[in-house]
Amino acid sequence: MRTERPAQRTAAIVGVHNTRQGRRLDGETSRGLALKAIHGALEDAGLSLHDVDGISAGELSTTLIYDLRLGPAWQGMAFGVGMITEAATAIEHGMADVVVLVAAQAGEYRDHDATAPWTRPENEFVAPWGMFTAAEFALIARRHMHVYGTTREQLSVVAATIRNNGSQNPQAVYYQRGPFAPEDITASRPIADPFHLLDCATTSEGGCALVVANVDKVEVSGQPIFVLGSGADFHGPSYQHPPAWDLLGRRGDHANGVVGRHAAERAFAHAGLRRDDIDVLELYDPFSFEIIRQLEAFGFCGEGEGGPFVADGHITIDGSHPITTDGGTMSFSHAGSNPQMMQRAIRAVEQLRGRAGNLQVPDAHVAFCSNGGAGALFTTVLILGDEPR
Amino acid sequence: MSSSPMRPQSGPVPHASTPLSHPFWQGCQSGELRYQRCAGCNLANFPPTEHCRQCLSAELRWERGGGLGEIYSWTVVHRPVTAVFEPPYAPAIVTLDEGYQMLTNVVGVAPDDLAVGMRVEVQFHAVGPDVTLPYFMRSP
Repeated sequence: MRTERPAQRTAAIVGVHNTRQGRRLDGETSRGLALKAIHGALEDAGLSLHDVDGISAGELSTTLIYDLRLGPAWQGMAFGVGMITEAATAIEHGMADVVVLVAAQAGEYRDHDATAPWTRPENEFVAPWGMFTAAEFALIARRHMHVYGTTREQLSVVAATIRNNGSQNPQAVYYQRGPFAPEDITASRPIADPFHLLDCATTSEGGCALVVANVDKVEVSGQPIFVLGSGADFHGPSYQHPPAWDLLGRRGDHANGVVGRHAAERAFAHAGLRRDDIDVLELYDPFSFEIIRQLEAFGFCGEGEGGPFVADGHITIDGSHPITTDGGTMSFSHAGSNPQMMQRAIRAVEQLRGRAGNLQVPDAHVAFCSNGGAGALFTTVLILGDEPR
Repeated sequence: MSSSPMRPQSGPVPHASTPLSHPFWQGCQSGELRYQRCAGCNLANFPPTEHCRQCLSAELRWERGGGLGEIYSWTVVHRPVTAVFEPPYAPAIVTLDEGYQMLTNVVGVAPDDLAVGMRVEVQFHAVGPDVTLPYFMRSP
């Protein structure tokens, strides 16, 4: 018979680092930024390369293990906030003690005749129609506007709120580009109806890294932040099928329009927390509408009520549900297919450590992070806390 | 600008096909909108796969669809994905009467007139020597 013992959390985020972020970082390379990010995160944790026995960098994991002479080492294959859950799981299964998670991009998108390479689909049933991420997410937004009456003005409130956060963040690409009123968002040039330029993520260059370590075994100086719950909802490959709100799997529940709801339910149940335990929401913001959708999907407001909810002022730094406090992909940075996803968790760590400066949410102890969106057929979530619980 | 009808692309747009999808693209060349119908469970299966997405049967048969449906959702792109595409153009999800959905571009309609629920029908346009695409226009 197995002996019941209380769940023990031994893995924690112990270091984080963002390199300089910029629209264009001349002289930098993706690899150079990745190394800067790794050094910065290890320094924040009070650790060195000699302590590292795991790397998570997507398809670059093995290359970095070889080039940084870290072998033998565990390698992660996840992306975004899922990298953190994967690393914590590996550590709690005894596979590694100090894992560095890293992503960086510079110089890979300089020809702005086309949209960024990571936004363009290659699928034969998608590419001929001139699709890219803004159009994919627009098809989701338009459906919601049709069904629930969500307004153009409500989208503008979201974008103005996030951009005003970024405008006050000295590390943001668009620091001091603001303040924005909702009318300024609507007045920017149209991209893919209903989205205007300022509803959309920017593109930029930069890198970031996190260190996840076994805090029972490793002496660290960085304040540990714990993974309390995680979830991952996928409806299929991104940008290869019509991004339909009503897409259903054979179980018939949780349509693509609320992708992330099932993930959030799992994460909250695992953490033993409720929606009102969350102090700060580091939501992924590829397009303004996605925030309205996520607030509904995650259960922070009722179905179809996301528009009025954001318009009522809940999502500002001093509101009941402060979102995306560094300025997100719209204003802080959007440096490729992965850095900006990890940066939701980095910002959550900064908030939970009380290091978010003039954008600090008072008494932030539990943070909710998200990645993805219905236009991409997936949403992943992560709940972080300053205590193991 | 938003009151003039949108047109099909005139240049060579990105295009590919596989042995699995070849019958679909061949159908477009000959003015037929084809899709797979499952002999096992009757599902309209699109885009094509080797096995039915519902019952996993390999008995999928190509059928000619009526080319009629309605707009499920739409957008109008003003900033094209690459310089190959001439804006404005209107990506849309169309629900076909046979019961499946596909991505397309709506043409012959002004951006201001697009609406969810609009009845549409397929209209084939050659966009290169070997490529004919199934656009949709308002159904009379």
